[in-house]
Amino acid sequence: MNGQTAVLVLEDGRTFTGQVLGATGSTVGEIVFSTGMTGYQETLTDPSYHRQIVVMTAPHIGNTGMNEEDPESTRIWVAGYVVRDPAIRPSSWRSTRSLAEALEAEGIVGISDIDTRALTRHLRERGVMRAGIFSGDGLVDGSGRRRVEQDLLDVVTASPVMSGADLAREVTVAEPYTVQPLRGPASGTEPVATVVAVDLGIKSMTPHRLAERGVRTHVVPAGTTVQEVLALAPDGVFFSNGPGDPAAAVHEVELLRGVLDRRIPFFGICYGHQLLGRALGFGTYKLTYGHRGVNQPVLDRRTKKVEITAHNHGFAVDAPIDHDAVAPCDGGRYGRVTVSHVALNDGVVEGLECLDLPAFSVQYHPEAAAGPHDADYLFDRFIELMASGRTHRPPGTHDGFAPATTPRTAEESDAAPN
Amino acid sequence: MPRRTDISSVLVIGSGPIVIGQAAEFDYSGTQACRVLRAEGLRVILVNSNPATIMTDPEFADATYIEPITPDVVEAIIAKERPDAILPTLGGQTALNIAIALAEAGVLQRHGVEMIGVNPASIRLAEDRQAFKGVVQRCGAECARSLIAHTMDEVLASAAELGYPVVVRPSFTMGGLGSGIAYDEPQLRRIADSGLHYSPTTEVLLEESILGWKEYELELMRDHVDNVVVVCSIENVDPVGVHTGDSVTVAPALTLTDREYQRLRDIGIAVIREVGVDTGGCNIQFAVHPQSGRVVVIEMNPRVSRSSALASKATGFPIAKIAARLAVGYTLDEIPNDITGSTPASFEPSLDYIVVKVPRFAFEKFPAADPTLTTTMKSVGEAMALGRNFTEALGKAMRSIDKAGSVFHWDGPVPSGGVLAALLPSIAVPTEHRLIQVQQVLRSVGRPGGADIADVYAATGIDPWFLDQIELVNEVAGDVATAPEMAPDLLARAKRHGLSDAQIAGLRGISEDTVREVRQALGIRPVFKTVDTCAAEFAARTPYHYSAYDDETEVQPRTRPAIIVLGSGPNRIGQGIEFDYSCVHAVLALRDDYETIMINCNPETVSTDYDTSDRLYFEPLTFEDVLEVYQAELAVGPVTGVIVQLGGQTPLSLAERLQAAGVPILGTPPAAIDAAEDRGVFGRVLQDAGLPAPAFGTARTLEQATSVAHRIGYPVLVRPSYVLGGRGMEIVYSDAQLAEYVGRALEGARVAASGPTAEIPPLLIDRFLDDAIELDVDALYDGTDLYLGGVMEHIEEAGIHSGDSACVLPPVTISTAELARVRRSTEAIARGVGVRGLLNVQFALVSDVLYVLEANPRASRTAPFVSKATGVPLAKAAALVMAGATIAELRASGVLPASGDGGSLSLRAPIAVKEAVLPFKRFRTAEGTVVDTVLGPEMRSTGEVMGIDVDFPTAFAKSQAAAFGGLPTGGTAFISVADRDKRAITFPVKRLTEMGFTILATEGTAAVLHRNGVASTVVRKASEGRVDGGPTIVDLITAGEVDIVVNTPSGQGARADGYEIRTATVAADKPIVTTVQQLAAAVQAIESLRAGPFAVRSLQDHAFELRDRSVAR
Ligand SMILES: Nc1ncnc2c1ncn2[C@@H]1O[C@H](COP(=O)(O)OP(=O)(O)O)[C@@H](O)[C@H]1O
Ligand SMILES: Nc1ncnc2c1ncn2[C@@H]1O[C@H](COP(=O)(O)OP(=O)(O)O)[C@@H](O)[C@H]1O
Ligand SMILES: [Mg+2]
Ligand SMILES: [Mg+2]
Repeated sequence: MNGQTAVLVLEDGRTFTGQVLGATGSTVGEIVFSTGMTGYQETLTDPSYHRQIVVMTAPHIGNTGMNEEDPESTRIWVAGYVVRDPAIRPSSWRSTRSLAEALEAEGIVGISDIDTRALTRHLRERGVMRAGIFSGDGLVDGSGRRRVEQDLLDVVTASPVMSGADLAREVTVAEPYTVQPLRGPASGTEPVATVVAVDLGIKSMTPHRLAERGVRTHVVPAGTTVQEVLALAPDGVFFSNGPGDPAAAVHEVELLRGVLDRRIPFFGICYGHQLLGRALGFGTYKLTYGHRGVNQPVLDRRTKKVEITAHNHGFAVDAPIDHDAVAPCDGGRYGRVTVSHVALNDGVVEGLECLDLPAFSVQYHPEAAAGPHDADYLFDRFIELMASGRTHRPPGTHDGFAPATTPRTAEESDAAPN
Repeated sequence: MPRRTDISSVLVIGSGPIVIGQAAEFDYSGTQACRVLRAEGLRVILVNSNPATIMTDPEFADATYIEPITPDVVEAIIAKERPDAILPTLGGQTALNIAIALAEAGVLQRHGVEMIGVNPASIRLAEDRQAFKGVVQRCGAECARSLIAHTMDEVLASAAELGYPVVVRPSFTMGGLGSGIAYDEPQLRRIADSGLHYSPTTEVLLEESILGWKEYELELMRDHVDNVVVVCSIENVDPVGVHTGDSVTVAPALTLTDREYQRLRDIGIAVIREVGVDTGGCNIQFAVHPQSGRVVVIEMNPRVSRSSALASKATGFPIAKIAARLAVGYTLDEIPNDITGSTPASFEPSLDYIVVKVPRFAFEKFPAADPTLTTTMKSVGEAMALGRNFTEALGKAMRSIDKAGSVFHWDGPVPSGGVLAALLPSIAVPTEHRLIQVQQVLRSVGRPGGADIADVYAATGIDPWFLDQIELVNEVAGDVATAPEMAPDLLARAKRHGLSDAQIAGLRGISEDTVREVRQALGIRPVFKTVDTCAAEFAARTPYHYSAYDDETEVQPRTRPAIIVLGSGPNRIGQGIEFDYSCVHAVLALRDDYETIMINCNPETVSTDYDTSDRLYFEPLTFEDVLEVYQAELAVGPVTGVIVQLGGQTPLSLAERLQAAGVPILGTPPAAIDAAEDRGVFGRVLQDAGLPAPAFGTARTLEQATSVAHRIGYPVLVRPSYVLGGRGMEIVYSDAQLAEYVGRALEGARVAASGPTAEIPPLLIDRFLDDAIELDVDALYDGTDLYLGGVMEHIEEAGIHSGDSACVLPPVTISTAELARVRRSTEAIARGVGVRGLLNVQFALVSDVLYVLEANPRASRTAPFVSKATGVPLAKAAALVMAGATIAELRASGVLPASGDGGSLSLRAPIAVKEAVLPFKRFRTAEGTVVDTVLGPEMRSTGEVMGIDVDFPTAFAKSQAAAFGGLPTGGTAFISVADRDKRAITFPVKRLTEMGFTILATEGTAAVLHRNGVASTVVRKASEGRVDGGPTIVDLITAGEVDIVVNTPSGQGARADGYEIRTATVAADKPIVTTVQQLAAAVQAIESLRAGPFAVRSLQDHAFELRDRSVAR
């Protein structure tokens, strides 16, 4: 403990005084809590946490230090970090540096030694809100005087809100890159399928899970056009997780509709799921305090089985759970949709499946990292979907539904225009 | 799927007597199961031989059988009750083994009983070490390399292949019984020999040593549609090599990354599926190599286990309760999470606090035993604590152990030089003191020539993260000790890292009270957080609290007046589950009129189940911690008072200070408690009442001791005053022995004071009463009336601790006149002392004089036994009396019988026998032989059983069957008794020969028998050695050629021969009789055994006779 004071100020005026963790200075963002007891390194490097101050409910964080294998991206994304008892000395045969060192090196302002449970209960009751962490220079004004609380509060209330924020562009890759399959079929090199993954804040474990299954993944930046996607002749398209308000992602929704119109098999995770919801014409809304943790029970309504899953979402899709519905998007051009997965804790929509199109998505994280592997099977479902997508398949038809485009065959897809 | 409709009655099997490795946790799981199944509208039939349990209380099942848990008895119960199903997964290894036996014998099939919760096939897969290896491989994981052996030759061959050290593990045993680590062939022969013996399949596994690896446990649950959740991860602070039951453990796991943790989780789930535990809980243990991360699966228990109880208390996820629901057809997502009320049980708890469990040992009672911790469990109890960080939880857990020398200290100089050099190798050997030795070594960190964390890690294999935390505690302590004055932030920091007021006082050289006053004046107080299973993600409805030094408290205001019940802390010999029984009963009795609040720190118990009392505080039972809870509760509503007399000596000893601090004590006031415990005061009480007591005196030096001894004459009984369970109590026959005893006491005092001293804590010296019949009385007194709960006549004569002696209720050789005297004396004592509530008195009857041995103004060990034997809820009544009710009122309201009491039972009332169960076979001397089994005034039993039937012989026979499988009905008996006993053996031994036993005897005994016309064969004592290869008695016993051994120790000193005979008998697992009174009882029991199989009867049926008191004696 370096004994330097840090102050956490919440939008509603509640403050907590603790000690500096990582860098000193000031930071603002939306404050959220995560109940995962393991996986802090994955959490810190998950782009979905961009612009968020993360509170860890588990008191001891940093015990196993930071290692080379576990990061989910190339940098730490959280806007600030709140831990009760950060480890003084990490202990793990894989650790290369301590949590505090990593935070300091990447300039992440954090706070420790506060009652994180009191804070969590407060956020649970009042809902997530904006907050700021201030220490060192962050606590003094231009003339070197200690800033009064009102000052700090003003900084917080002046900061942007999460609703309406379009953040994908801030976290996505600059240049496309390709993740090769780890194992092909018997022959060896040949991938079982080629996927274009639109990076809206993708975690490195996602292409890895596909690669494990013999899939080649082209990761492309947000803002990629449907032509650019088709140029890569994908068997399927994937939309990743990511930060921000899905309502703001106008371009990505258009891109996704282009994919659906061409009946290209689609799989979306988290933000990608919310975008499928919007593309289909459903609304999205902000949860009071969201789902963030690795212990969340989700019911797969097809198999009636419960899977324990990793969650990190503040928004959710507003779709009818009790019955299958025709996707509202202009007069139901995408046919019927069913809610495939539901959160057992609070009944939130956790998965969508199109009944007349090769498209599905989940709100949670089958790629885990951090978290349990119960939902692995979804990557296999995606691969099956692509397999059947490549073979000529007639459109599902029912009263009044006629597909907007003619069924797309393997040949067409391979000969996609450039 | 909702619950199965094809099941309407279930037989639940309990775990029998408390033994090491199988303790109160199975009363907790069994009680939960009974509650749940009845709530589901099922008829619950229960069998358990242990009367001290809460589950065997008639109100928890529809038919409660306190009968031996043997295949034929359980079959008799099945035949009588015709249950649809049998649930064996909540009664530990005992229940599981019985269930397999019944299944294999075709009993279940014959009676159309379905085994639920687990199936025999999966039990085999999990418990048969070889089969389990296959399972693990099929799951793509690995076990330690191993080879199976059924004979000593196979053992040696396998060891040669695996290399030393090699681990020996028997199949189908529990608590690591018979297992161990062999570093060379002689050790291997010894360990494997007992291993083969204790394995019901004479099978041991020899295994590659993975000593020093990180050890983890996962608690999993699975339902019949294959949903699986991991309830809790537990990390052992002591690395592999120390049994998990003996390790300091922490939840959640703290030194694994998510990747490593998920790997364990994946393996765990794959294994539970492959083994095929279709519904219920199981426990899987892993070892993780600290440098490579290689994972090895150690074992799986396909049932609710000791760790399940710990995991349930650690997370708030009630494993046993949910296992019972799953067993009757529910799925996890259909079961609500009680704590949130709003979410389902199909989730994995998230903790925002740290849980630490510390084991409690009893080596001091087995001085001959080797105190090294190994793969065989040796602890007798455990304490758990919760805190908002590891140091806070650890400090609380250690002080919960409630035993001298069990907390970190900073007395004496920082170890250096020779001292340090000596400490380092000693911490390489795990013992109960290791953690404190480690802390001492770590005091030297950073000093010239000091050790560093790497050295300690190298010596112990304890993960550096934990060592670092202990160093942190030392650092904080250092600041506290050296700070010019106690700054508020420093004090706050000390509390935040788990230092008690007492420790701070020690560091500052001031009194604990001063520390508390300063601390409270500065407003540095603990807050109380809630165990909510979800790290505050959802609101909790269940007030299950723990203290922490943090900002926000969660104690809710209340309007109803509260009564706080203090539990008994970690189980130990002399203070066990019986006290939890009384505490839980108090809560049950009081909750209609009061908000009941429980404070306890024992994770095994029913009292620490969050739905036993209205509010639960999982806290150490120390003055500091209890006072903080009281004050926190007082701040939110009225508190009527605190009950200290039901939890044994631990809460009782807090009474005086609590009262001084303004806490209202309910029931017997502290002054009265003192009147009973202070010999001087108590002596006057007896004088005034004209009651004789053995002559006695107290002494603090050898001179005083000798003069007292000479005044009252040898033999004398010496002990430190204020002890429970006869701690340090010895019968002394000579000046020499006395000097030796005082010498040892001085040594003890020196250690305690960590410096030389001539003074010892006061010794109590009593005239030892020879050939006395001991009577134990439990009574209830309200200031006017006495309710005599019951009078127990001990089988063994006075001199054998009441806790170790078998006893019978109602007495079978005591006259009505004598009983009347017992009643009068008890009442006189109750009045004289000023008891309000329960009182336990021990009398010794010698040639018509009724001596008072001692009075305990509290619930006794025997309260549950008496309650069950007489069908009257004594502890409930006591709680109500403490809360102000009179016995007359209780008689009127039906809590107590309208007329008569336990001293006036009808002649048709059943006879109940209590037998003690002793742990000797778990303790080995350094040479590897069993420790001696002679009973004495110091209590050594871990548990008890009850045999109940229409007459004494049958009841006694049942008690023996329940305690150790039973007496032989024929075969060979070996008799060798001390001279003073020779007179008494003629008749019983004659009966044995009449019943067809062959009698072997040592020379002297044989001569006496011969002159009395009883034929016997003389066998050589071990000391006489083998003449022309002929076997000695020890050889015969070891060879299993003797079916029962009768050996009474010659009163005095060295007992070499007896020792060898007794230990050989224990090793051979044959019944041993060490007093002539036992022999007489045993002979009667054998007669009744030969008369035919046991008849079984439920307590509910017995209650009928008991209620009818018309024909009172
Ligand atoms: N191969 C081994 N080498 C060293 N220690 C071991 C080995 N296997 C088990 N142990 C230790 O022995 C203890 C008891 O083993 P376990 O299989 O759990 O028996 P039990 O059924 O008594 O729990 C374990 O907790 C572990 O610390
Ligand atoms: N004066 C005595 N003469 C013979 N035996 C005694 C005497 N005092 C105690 N004992 C024996 O020692 C045992 C333990 O003594 P007790 O006073 O009951 O200690 P505790 O407080 O441990 O129960 C008693 O159960 C009794 O068998
Ligand atoms: Mg084990
Ligand atoms: Mg006693």
